[in-house]
Amino acid sequence: MTVPVDAGRRRIEELLEQHEGQVLRRWFEIAGAMSGGHVDRGGAAVPFGEIYQALRRSLGDSHDGSDLRGLLADLSRSRARQGFTPSETANVVFGLKEAVYEIAEADGSPEALRGFVWFSRIVDDHGLFTFETYAAARERIISDQAEQLLELSTPVVKLWEGIVAVPLIGTLDSARTQVVMEKLLQMLVETGSEHAVIDITGVPAVDTQVAQHLLKTVVAARLMGAECVISGIRPQIAHTIVTLGIEFGDIVTKASLADALAHALRQSGVEFVKGRGRRVTVRTEEN
Amino acid sequence: MDRVPVLKLGDLLIVSIQIDLQDQSVLALQEDLADKVVETGARGVIIDITAVEIVDSFIGRMLSTIASITRMLDAETIVVGMRPAVAITLVELGLSLGGVRTALNLEKGVALLNHLDGARAVTAR
Amino acid sequence: MTSPSELPISGNSDVVLIRQQVRTVAVEVGLSLVDQTKIVTAASELARNALVYAGGGRVRIEIVHNNVRAGLRLTVSDDGPGIPDIDQALVDGWTTGNGLGLGLSGSRRLVDEFDLRSVPGEGTLITVTKWAR
Repeated sequence: MTVPVDAGRRRIEELLEQHEGQVLRRWFEIAGAMSGGHVDRGGAAVPFGEIYQALRRSLGDSHDGSDLRGLLADLSRSRARQGFTPSETANVVFGLKEAVYEIAEADGSPEALRGFVWFSRIVDDHGLFTFETYAAARERIISDQAEQLLELSTPVVKLWEGIVAVPLIGTLDSARTQVVMEKLLQMLVETGSEHAVIDITGVPAVDTQVAQHLLKTVVAARLMGAECVISGIRPQIAHTIVTLGIEFGDIVTKASLADALAHALRQSGVEFVKGRGRRVTVRTEEN
Repeated sequence: MDRVPVLKLGDLLIVSIQIDLQDQSVLALQEDLADKVVETGARGVIIDITAVEIVDSFIGRMLSTIASITRMLDAETIVVGMRPAVAITLVELGLSLGGVRTALNLEKGVALLNHLDGARAVTAR
Repeated sequence: MTSPSELPISGNSDVVLIRQQVRTVAVEVGLSLVDQTKIVTAASELARNALVYAGGGRVRIEIVHNNVRAGLRLTVSDDGPGIPDIDQALVDGWTTGNGLGLGLSGSRRLVDEFDLRSVPGEGTLITVTKWAR
């Protein structure tokens, strides 16, 4: 005996309409039992009615499930924030299957049972969708954190014997600037470098505190016997620094990292000689 | 009170501070150095503070004073080996060690003195 | 955890002892190397101030906690002449002694919290705190 899928589908849709109250009630009970009896925990009330209606609309011929997906995504995200596990959230959705199975069984017709199989598959999809939403939300948190970590791991690189550079990229807050600057000063000692380039080409903006930290680093480096050059100051940042009235005094600033390197090389007695052809030779002056 | 030893190496005086500095020790060092510079005719003084964990305003001021005194006696003072944490703290404290020349380490301090000496010789010609 | 300790400030050698004790506790609290150096320097400045301006005093070194972090608190007190004008005393370069006038103003910049109470003729009480990051 075969029952056409369409007939089963229609039967389930009818049942969902006729027994709405009963299904909703059972769903609420089942979902509560499945997620450890705290469906309403911490104000994470599940909008059973709304989801139910949206689900029924999505079964219709127009077949636009976007509002249902929206509701499920909201549910998943809000419950994720409140500390529910993804299975707890998915179980709420899966609970609907059991509630609907009860009415399909009570109905007893082959169409209803055939239709239930179809319905069950749809609910499974929605349940898995809440899982995906949960995972996506977590992934975003993890990638945000990874980015912050990356920002912290700003490297101090050696450009030349006696010249180190720290290329700063991204937003500088006071704490990060401090970490980077301490690392730079430490590198000066470890490598015995008398020249440092702080390149802020990749920094979109600085505030007073960050500018002060840069300034203090240059002064601290001087106390240690090293000279800093700041390169890559954007016009907006130059504007900010002047507007804020921060005195950069006799600190050397250069337009680009290349200019800063050339300056540092000159200071450390390295001479560039343009030879014949296109070759450039480098000669280090012995002291 | 511990006295900080002053070592003579050629025409340089070298002081390596290895103790937690007491105010009296710093004052004594100031006197000892002035005497030694005159006595030996040294042209340079290097104070190595690699082992010094803190420099407060008192010690900082003494370093400046020593530099001024020895300069008056025709010897340049170079403070070498200041730790990053010490440098950051001094800047925060508002102390700039005016008039004190610095170098990263003893070797670079000696090189700087030689360089300054060379410059002096050139100007003299 | 060590219990709060109180050390006297009666001579120059005490300043050195205080610096060493503050360093030990700062390490225990988990302050970064730079923060250790800052709080030890502040302790040195404040202890010397008590010595120079009040002829001596005492410093209490303790570990404190707020909701999230541990910190090191120093309470430096003396029974000296007190500070008549606190605002002026906190200005860089202002001094009644022969120092640079950076002791108070500079120390304030080295710590996270700074509290100064002084009654002319009775004494001065300075509390500073540095929190671990």
